[in-house]
Amino acid sequence: MSQQTENNDIVKEENLVFKKTNVLLDKVMHYCPGCGHGTAHRLIAEVIEEMDIQSECIGITPVGCSVLMYNYLDIDMQEAAHGRAPALATAIKRLQPEKFVFTYQGDGDLAAIGTAETIHAANRGENFTIFFINNGIYGMTGGQMAPTTLPNMKSSTSPYGRDVKMMGNPLKMTELVAQLPGSYYVTRQAVHTPAAVRKAKKAIRKAIENQKLEKGLSLVEIVSNCNSGWKMTPLQSNKWMEENMFPFYELGDLKVDGGMAK
Amino acid sequence: MKKELKLMKGNEAIGEAAIRAGADAYFGYPITPQSEILEYLMAEKPHERTGMVVLQAESEVAAINMVYGGAACGRKIITSSSSPGISLKQEGLSYIAGSELPCLVVNVVRGGPGLGTIQPSQSDYFQACKGGGHGDYRLIVLAPSSVQEMYDFVKLGFDLAFKYRNPAMILTDGALGQMMEKVWLEEQQPRMNEFPEWATTGKKPGKERTVVTSLDLDSAMQEKFNQKLQEKYRELEAKEVRYEAIDCDDAEYLLVAYGTSSRICQKSVQLAREKGIKLGLLRPITLYPFPKKEIGEMCGRLKGILSVEMSAGQMVEDVRLSVDGKVKVDHFGRMGGIIPSAEEIVNALEQKIIGG
Ligand SMILES: Cc1ncc(C[n+]2csc(CCOP(=O)(O)OP(=O)(O)O)c2C)c(N)n1
Repeated sequence: MSQQTENNDIVKEENLVFKKTNVLLDKVMHYCPGCGHGTAHRLIAEVIEEMDIQSECIGITPVGCSVLMYNYLDIDMQEAAHGRAPALATAIKRLQPEKFVFTYQGDGDLAAIGTAETIHAANRGENFTIFFINNGIYGMTGGQMAPTTLPNMKSSTSPYGRDVKMMGNPLKMTELVAQLPGSYYVTRQAVHTPAAVRKAKKAIRKAIENQKLEKGLSLVEIVSNCNSGWKMTPLQSNKWMEENMFPFYELGDLKVDGGMAK
Repeated sequence: MKKELKLMKGNEAIGEAAIRAGADAYFGYPITPQSEILEYLMAEKPHERTGMVVLQAESEVAAINMVYGGAACGRKIITSSSSPGISLKQEGLSYIAGSELPCLVVNVVRGGPGLGTIQPSQSDYFQACKGGGHGDYRLIVLAPSSVQEMYDFVKLGFDLAFKYRNPAMILTDGALGQMMEKVWLEEQQPRMNEFPEWATTGKKPGKERTVVTSLDLDSAMQEKFNQKLQEKYRELEAKEVRYEAIDCDDAEYLLVAYGTSSRICQKSVQLAREKGIKLGLLRPITLYPFPKKEIGEMCGRLKGILSVEMSAGQMVEDVRLSVDGKVKVDHFGRMGGIIPSAEEIVNALEQKIIGG
């Protein structure tokens, strides 16, 4: 009891160092502990609150682990068919150009089945934002090989490791999108450390704010882990990600304000 | 109030009707024999006439998913294609039906299977009327038989789609798409400026957010939703059947045909009557809901029915279900893009129904 009173004395507005954004609903997320999806959701929600655009946002969820993102964000949302989120977003943004429209997609969704929709939306210079969560695997269906699975990386459909001669090479969609004249801002981030989270949040905000400029597509890739799909503990998976994913999927800006960064 | 009279191709009439019905967007991908719809729309600059969005998508898959996105915004969205392209749209149509959204899809049918032929056919009846995509859903299917009806059914299709929150399809064919006839055009209808409460237009302060999805991982909830859809389809079947009966009052024999083949069948009725055969024609205008009750009631006074289709016999299954074995039913059709002649149809009637 006395402990409780003491806590209440401390919980004062001026002592708050963290408050959950109101754009995130009070619901337990279904993600595996240690997964990056939850952090990415929170950052998008925080940016929406900070920009005060909750009533002007329409988000599209993919088919993949994040299909139920609409249960967690308190904004209007639509659930797309697998890979087709950029087609939905194209129509929504063209019909409601004053709204902020974003898609949230996994690597299977965006870089395999939805390759055409991604490339063509970017190439047309559609004025919405794509959040691309690259965990190198098909999480939702149980850890099959993704277009982004690294060479020699094991998955349930590459049980001896990805043999690039037989299974093809991993696809760097973000680099492809950056090459297109219709993309305006393309960056690759991570959310596994506090420093990375801070940088990722800045990128997310810029990618949404860009819609006011009407200059074309913004894409934020977030290289993330899938500890259950990779069959690792959360800590191991983050270490593995740093050692294996980051050298292949280099973090940083690829295109800023319409100009190539490197 | 009908205003202007114009000579138009069926495909052009669809494009003009979309603009005048106050459509908000068209998304499509070129394919013969319907590319004139997109071409006409682009030439007409609907963004200047009404602010309508017209976009050539990268595929029919993208186009139908643009329709899905636009429909969720509560807007009037139309797409068109021909058979192979309509096959590609099936997953999207299932999502649209499963999310209870309105939209209008035009299928200017060509012969199949596969790449088939660019000539007219009616071999997509099963796909249009029996589901097409996955899951227990239906499309509202309208079958025009003139360029005027191509024009009129755009507005009708939108009205029914919005009334029932369900995708509607105009099922037509290359002959009607390409032929020229005179069309009465209606006045321009304004585009909507208020949107339904189920639309994703941004969460209003103090109101619940809108979520458009066809997913429910709880089987009990998913079954409940399916039951609700089925109730909607029963209501459609009770209220929205449309058909035309030609020379049916004294008929002893009946042709059932829609679209292009129903035009040929009108001539067959004339030819048969000149020969003393009391023949009538029933032309379903809604293929789903099918005029099941109407054919069932009529069949008591008939000696036989011939279903005439440019296919191997698809609608004939619905005709058989309608008469429930009470009278002889057979099918006559040509395939591969061939339109039967009026004489061929009378011959088939004499051989398969009267003589048989
Ligand atoms: C048309 C279609 N094909 C396949 C599937 C099955 N499926 C669901 S999620 C998924 C992969 C998702 O992987 P990814 O996009 O990488 O997202 P993650 O789950 O890893 O976040 C697949 C193949 C589907 N639902 N629809």
